[in-house]
Amino acid sequence: MPTKIEKDTLSGQNTTGHEWDGVKELNTPLPTWWVYTFYATIVFAVVYCALYPSVPWLTGHTQGLLGYSSRADLRQELSAQAKERAGFVDRIRAASLADIRKDPELFNFAMAGGRSAFQTNCMQCHGAGGGGSTGFPNLVDDDWIWGGSIDQIYATIEHGIRNTDDKSRQSMMPRFGVDGLLTGAQVAAVTDYVLSLSGKAKATPEGAKIYEEQCVACHKAGGKGDQELGAPNLADGIWLYGGSRDAIYRSIFYARNGSMPAWSGRLDEATMKMLAVYVHALGGDR
Amino acid sequence: MASPARQADRTTPRPPTPEPPPLYAPRARVYPRAIAGKWRQIKWATLVVLLGLYYVVPWLRWDRGPGAPSQAILIDLDHRRGWFFDVVIWPQEIYFVTGFLILGAFGLFFASSLFGRVWCGFTCPQTVWTDLFMWVERLIEGDRNERMRLDRQPMSAGKAVRKTLKHTAWLVIAAATGGAWVFYYVDAPTTLVKIFRGEASMEVYAFVGLFTATTYVLAGWAREQVCTYMCPWPRFQAAMLDEQSLIVTYQKWRGEPRGKHKAGDSWAGRGDCIDCNLCVAVCPTGIDIRDGQQIECIGCGLCIDACTQTMEKVERPTGLIRWDTLAAQQAKEARSAPVAWRPVRARTLLYAALLGIVAIVMLVAFALRTDTELTVQRDRNPNFVRLSNGDVRNSYAVKVLNKRRAPRHVHLEIDGLPSAQLGFVGADVEGSGATATLTVQPDAVGTFRVFVTVPSSAAPSGAKPITFTVRDEAGGRASHDAVFVGPGR
Repeated sequence: MPTKIEKDTLSGQNTTGHEWDGVKELNTPLPTWWVYTFYATIVFAVVYCALYPSVPWLTGHTQGLLGYSSRADLRQELSAQAKERAGFVDRIRAASLADIRKDPELFNFAMAGGRSAFQTNCMQCHGAGGGGSTGFPNLVDDDWIWGGSIDQIYATIEHGIRNTDDKSRQSMMPRFGVDGLLTGAQVAAVTDYVLSLSGKAKATPEGAKIYEEQCVACHKAGGKGDQELGAPNLADGIWLYGGSRDAIYRSIFYARNGSMPAWSGRLDEATMKMLAVYVHALGGDR
Repeated sequence: MASPARQADRTTPRPPTPEPPPLYAPRARVYPRAIAGKWRQIKWATLVVLLGLYYVVPWLRWDRGPGAPSQAILIDLDHRRGWFFDVVIWPQEIYFVTGFLILGAFGLFFASSLFGRVWCGFTCPQTVWTDLFMWVERLIEGDRNERMRLDRQPMSAGKAVRKTLKHTAWLVIAAATGGAWVFYYVDAPTTLVKIFRGEASMEVYAFVGLFTATTYVLAGWAREQVCTYMCPWPRFQAAMLDEQSLIVTYQKWRGEPRGKHKAGDSWAGRGDCIDCNLCVAVCPTGIDIRDGQQIECIGCGLCIDACTQTMEKVERPTGLIRWDTLAAQQAKEARSAPVAWRPVRARTLLYAALLGIVAIVMLVAFALRTDTELTVQRDRNPNFVRLSNGDVRNSYAVKVLNKRRAPRHVHLEIDGLPSAQLGFVGADVEGSGATATLTVQPDAVGTFRVFVTVPSSAAPSGAKPITFTVRDEAGGRASHDAVFVGPGR
C-alpha cells in the first residue's frame, strides 16, 4: 500500500498516508490538554497506589505510606462524636430519671437519644412506633404489665423479664391445662369468667369459683392484675395475646410466659436512661 | 484490496477545488486602548459603586443583641438563617429568594428592551472585573501600543518583572473577590483573621480558592471570550430587543464613504468617518462597530467616546457613533421622516407590568409573613391506640416555630373533635389539657408530643379532619390541618 503523507487543506492536519478506495484517513492527534490530563491521571494513580491501601495480596493488601484506613477514620469520627456528646451523656448519667424529665435540655437530648436507641434495639419486637404486636406489649397505650413509672420502665429495660439475669423480673403462670391442673371444661368456665370481667360474656358460678381458687392470687379480685408480679389486668380492653374467647382459653391452657432480654450488659447506663425517658413519653408520661 | 481499475482511476488528475475556509479561528488578542469620555466616566462610576458594594457590604455591622450575629447581611448556612438587617429568613421562606431572582430576571428583560445590552456593557460582573483588570494591566504594562510591543518582544528581565507584577496584582484582586464572597456566608471580621491564621474551615478555603481562580481566569485571560462563547445571555437576549431598543450604532449614511482626511480638505462628497480606527482600538471585544450589529458587541459605549473625541478634533458634529434605535437609523438611512425613540410600547409595558406584579406579590407575602408557624405530624405507627378503658388515642408530633427573639408561651387547641381530651409530653409544658402552656425558646422550633383522646363512643370511623391552632397572649396565631384516625367499623 503506498504511503504518502499529505496535508489536508480543510483541517490543516496530515493524513496517515493510507488510502482505501480513494478514502484517506486523517491523522488528527489527541488534543494536548487531553493527553496531559491523561498523563496526570497516570501520575496520580501511581502516587495514590503508593500513599493509600491499593494492591491486594492473597492474605491482605498494601498498607500505603499514609497508613490510611477507613475503619480508623470511622473510629475517629465515632470517638469525636462521643466526645462532642460527652457533656450531655455525663449529665444524663449523673442525673436521676426524674431530674432528666424536668430539665428541658436533658429531656430533649434523652428523647432524641432514646428514639435512636429504640430504633436499633427495641423496634424488632415492639414496633417502630412502639405499637407492639401479639405477645409483644404495646408501649404507646396506658396499660403496663410491670409498671409504667419511669423508674419501673428503667428496671424492666435494665434487667429484662424472665431471663437469666439475677434481678430479672420473674413470675410464672402455671400451665393449667397442659399440666392437668384444670380440665378443659374448667378452663372454658374460667375463660367465660375472665371475659365477664370486661362484660363480654356471662360468668358461671363454677368459673368464679375456679378464679377464686387458682387466679386471684396474682390477677387479684375483679381481674385488676398486679404489676409487682407482672400479672396483667384482665378487666380492661387491652390483651397482649388477643382478647377472643379462643385466645384466652389458650392462654390459660398453655400459659404465656413471654421473655425480654436484660439490656444492662449490652447498653450503657446513659443509653438505658434515655430509653426509659423515651418509652415513658411514648405512653404519655404517667 | 483495491482493484487495478481503481488504481488506474486514482491516477487521473482531479479538477482543482477552491480552498475551503478553515474550520478553526484562533483567538485574536485584543489590546483595548484607554479612552476618556462621558461613557467611560459612567462606567468608572458604576464600577466603583458595584465593587464598593460587593466588597464593603459584608463588613456592615448591625446590632441584634446577644446570641445573634452582628453582621448586617449574612446567609448563615450552618444555622439555616438569612439575616438582612432586621429581617430574618428561615429556610422555608426561601421563596423570597426565588422572588428576587424573578424580579432580577424581569428587571433585566425590562432594561434590555429599553436600553439594549446595558447590563452587559456596564453592570455585568464579567465586564466590571475585566475593566478593573484592564486598568491594572494598563498601569503596569502601559497602553495598547506598549502592550503590543511588549508581547512581541522576547522574554527579558524587564518583561518578566512587568508580567509577574501584573499577574500578582490580578491574583490579589481575585483573592479579595473570593474572600468577599465567603464573607456573605460567615462572619467577616473573625473569618478574615482565621483565614490568615490557617484556622478557617476547608469550605472557606475551597470557596476563596474557587472564586480566586474563576476571577483570575475569566477577567484576566478569557475576557471577551466569556461574552462571545460562554455566556448564554447574549444568545437569548435578542428576544428582548426590538427595533426600538437603544443600541450602539454607527451612522453609515453620514460616515460613508469613509477615508483619511487632512486638515483643510473639503468635506464635500465624502463621509464624516476619517477611518482613524480609534473606535476599533478602544473596543474591549475587538470588533469594528462600523460593520453594524454584531453578537460580540456588549454595548459599553467606549467607541462612542472614541468617535466623539475624533469628531471634536476634526470639528465635525459628534454622534457619528451613538446610542440610537434601529428604527431611527433605518429612517435616517432612507432619508424619510425621523423616528423618535418610543420607550413606552407593548413590550416594555408588559415587562413593567410583570415586574410590578411580582413586586406586589412579594410585598404582600412579606407583609403577611408571620413569626409563628405550626406543623403537625401524626404518628402512623401505630395509627391509633386503644386505652385500657376503651378510649381511642392518636399521637401527634407538634412543632411550633418561634421566629421572635424572645421566648413564647402558647396555648394549643383543636377544632373538629368536640369530645377530645388533650395531653402533652414535653419538658417545656406547664399545666395540662386545654389550658396547658407550651413554652417555645427564642428563634427556635419547639417540639411537643400531643395526645388526642376521645371516648370509644365518640371515636370516628376512619379519618376525621381536625385543625390544630396555637395562640399566644401577644396575638400570634398559627393553624395546621391534620386528621384523627379511629378504628374502622
